[in-house]
Amino acid sequence: MDILTWTYLLVGLSFALYIGIAIWTRAGSTKEFYVAGGGVSPLANGMATAADWMSAASFISMAGLISFAGYDGSVYLMGWTGGYVLLALLLAPYLRKFGKFTVPDFVGDRYYSNKARVVAVICALFISFTYVAGQMRGVGIVFSRYLEVPIEWGVVIGMCIVFFYAVLGGMKGITYTQVAQYCVLIFAYMVPAIFISMQLTGNPVPQLGLGGSLEDGVPLLEKLDGVLADLGFTEYTSGRKGMGDMLMITLALMVGTAGLPHVIVRFFTVPKVKDARLSAGYALVFIAILYTTAPAVAAFGIYNAINSTSEKELAALPAWVETWQKTNLIQIDDKNGDGKVQYLPDPKANELTIDKDIMVLASPEIAELPNWVVGLVAAGAMAAALSTAAGLLLVISTSVSRDLFKTFKPDISEKKELRIARFSAAGAVILAGYFGVNPPGFVAEVVAFAFGLAAASFFPVIILGIFSTRINKEGAITGMIVGLVFTIAYISYFKFIAPDLNNASHWWFGISPEGIGSVGMLLNFASCYFVSKITPPPPAHVQDLIQEIRIPRGAGAAQDH
Amino acid sequence: MEIHSDFQQKPKIMTNPKSNSSAYWKKNLQTLIFLLAIWFVVSFGFGILLVEPLNNIKVGGYPLGFWFAQQGSIYTFIVVIFIYVVRMNKLDREFDVNED
Repeated sequence: MDILTWTYLLVGLSFALYIGIAIWTRAGSTKEFYVAGGGVSPLANGMATAADWMSAASFISMAGLISFAGYDGSVYLMGWTGGYVLLALLLAPYLRKFGKFTVPDFVGDRYYSNKARVVAVICALFISFTYVAGQMRGVGIVFSRYLEVPIEWGVVIGMCIVFFYAVLGGMKGITYTQVAQYCVLIFAYMVPAIFISMQLTGNPVPQLGLGGSLEDGVPLLEKLDGVLADLGFTEYTSGRKGMGDMLMITLALMVGTAGLPHVIVRFFTVPKVKDARLSAGYALVFIAILYTTAPAVAAFGIYNAINSTSEKELAALPAWVETWQKTNLIQIDDKNGDGKVQYLPDPKANELTIDKDIMVLASPEIAELPNWVVGLVAAGAMAAALSTAAGLLLVISTSVSRDLFKTFKPDISEKKELRIARFSAAGAVILAGYFGVNPPGFVAEVVAFAFGLAAASFFPVIILGIFSTRINKEGAITGMIVGLVFTIAYISYFKFIAPDLNNASHWWFGISPEGIGSVGMLLNFASCYFVSKITPPPPAHVQDLIQEIRIPRGAGAAQDH
Repeated sequence: MEIHSDFQQKPKIMTNPKSNSSAYWKKNLQTLIFLLAIWFVVSFGFGILLVEPLNNIKVGGYPLGFWFAQQGSIYTFIVVIFIYVVRMNKLDREFDVNED
């Protein structure tokens, strides 16, 4: 069978599986819709969290990003895993004990103020929408690349699938679909990685292969450093970014991870406080399988790409180079007309342009694997994109139906609330789809945005809400607004208003827009603290609530008001 | 005034679980500080601040600093969370605040 047939077959089978699960786990109550009834086992929840977490960007683009960034790419690896330590130790158990459904729920109750709740809802919507727009675009790209349909059609097909199981199943449907999606995506990621690792280093474990030696006995990383240095690039294992910027970006990504509402809400779905801690551990294990493989795929990919093209005759290039030239993901332009390919840092002399997505997308062909593996990678990429989009859409619909609607109209019936939740999920899918078809032109930047905003808005007020009894509503509201406004202003200035100034000499203290969320977070902490100092302490019932969430005993199932 | 403050003092039977839970909280904070120190050292410390000196040490084909930045820190994060899980389960039982 040819590649396209295999792709249609495997993608179709995986979709049938997801829809089957969605029908089987249809949500019947708001509790099932918002937090899957609070009855998901820690292991299943860990797997679902991992699928929710790993987006199309993690699956397709991250390895390629590291390929070209080398050591500098470590910020993503450490940032997007280290956040789970903060989540497990500082947030998950207490928020589970708190026992409501959403992050604005917590902010509203802990800071005894509907104003604080509304600010939190706005933050949550802003973060989730910036993030989901990128995901829908990712869904479209994956579809168009593999199924050879226009991107717009890809987005529409993706919308229909997500619509089906997010609207019907709510969190319950999403959780069990995500478990299946995790299995599909991790299998699809590991198969080519294992084979390429064997081919290059003789070691089937990519994590060991990265530290292994090539056929001639030279360690892979040493060889790669040498090859890149000879061509005039920075060595693979050393960085170009300033140390301060590295620290700030890593911190912003870690704290941002711990502050993302669609990640936090996952820990509301397990039965006990104990399970919330354990579940964060499982989630990180499942995430780490991909995140420790990605740097290996990155190094193998760039080594293979240079090795099979640099200074090679145009006529003697491997078949996969030709295949991917058709999609423009590899571009070769023999500028000096010597009939050979030169890969050089100087853009004027460089003849080879490689898109970062190639490192994962072309990996089955580079490893000369059978056609079904290509179909498998397509199904994996789709699973990654859909699972993340669904998780985000749920946060959006919950924010609207519960945090906004129910706050101001507390007496609506459960049935009605569920209907509103479904309607807002449907609305969110359509809006996200619109952004997927007409991307706002900054899809690549939205990641920095979402993480920076999560770091600068939620993280400090949740942490202080748990670990301090003195922080009050005035402090929390000021902190969230200061953090959010500062971070939005800094990122917008360098990304949209004055993009030509976006370089280290214009940044404040050398901190890039990607890392500015760390500063926003510190400003949030500071303003929250000082404003709380000069205003009255929280009332007694809030003090009791804080004491209550600090100990595990007494955590019932997730409660409605 | 005095009567008022006397009135606010809680009977002994009430203070017991209260001091119990504040002792529990103290132990919890100690655990957190210890584990977050490890979290900080392996990522920000070994992976970024000390990466250059550590890169002079080779483990297999890996420069050590690079290994911490792209592999070792992640493995350590997992270990940190599981130590936390085991330690907190023990503390929960010790201070009688466990769920079952």
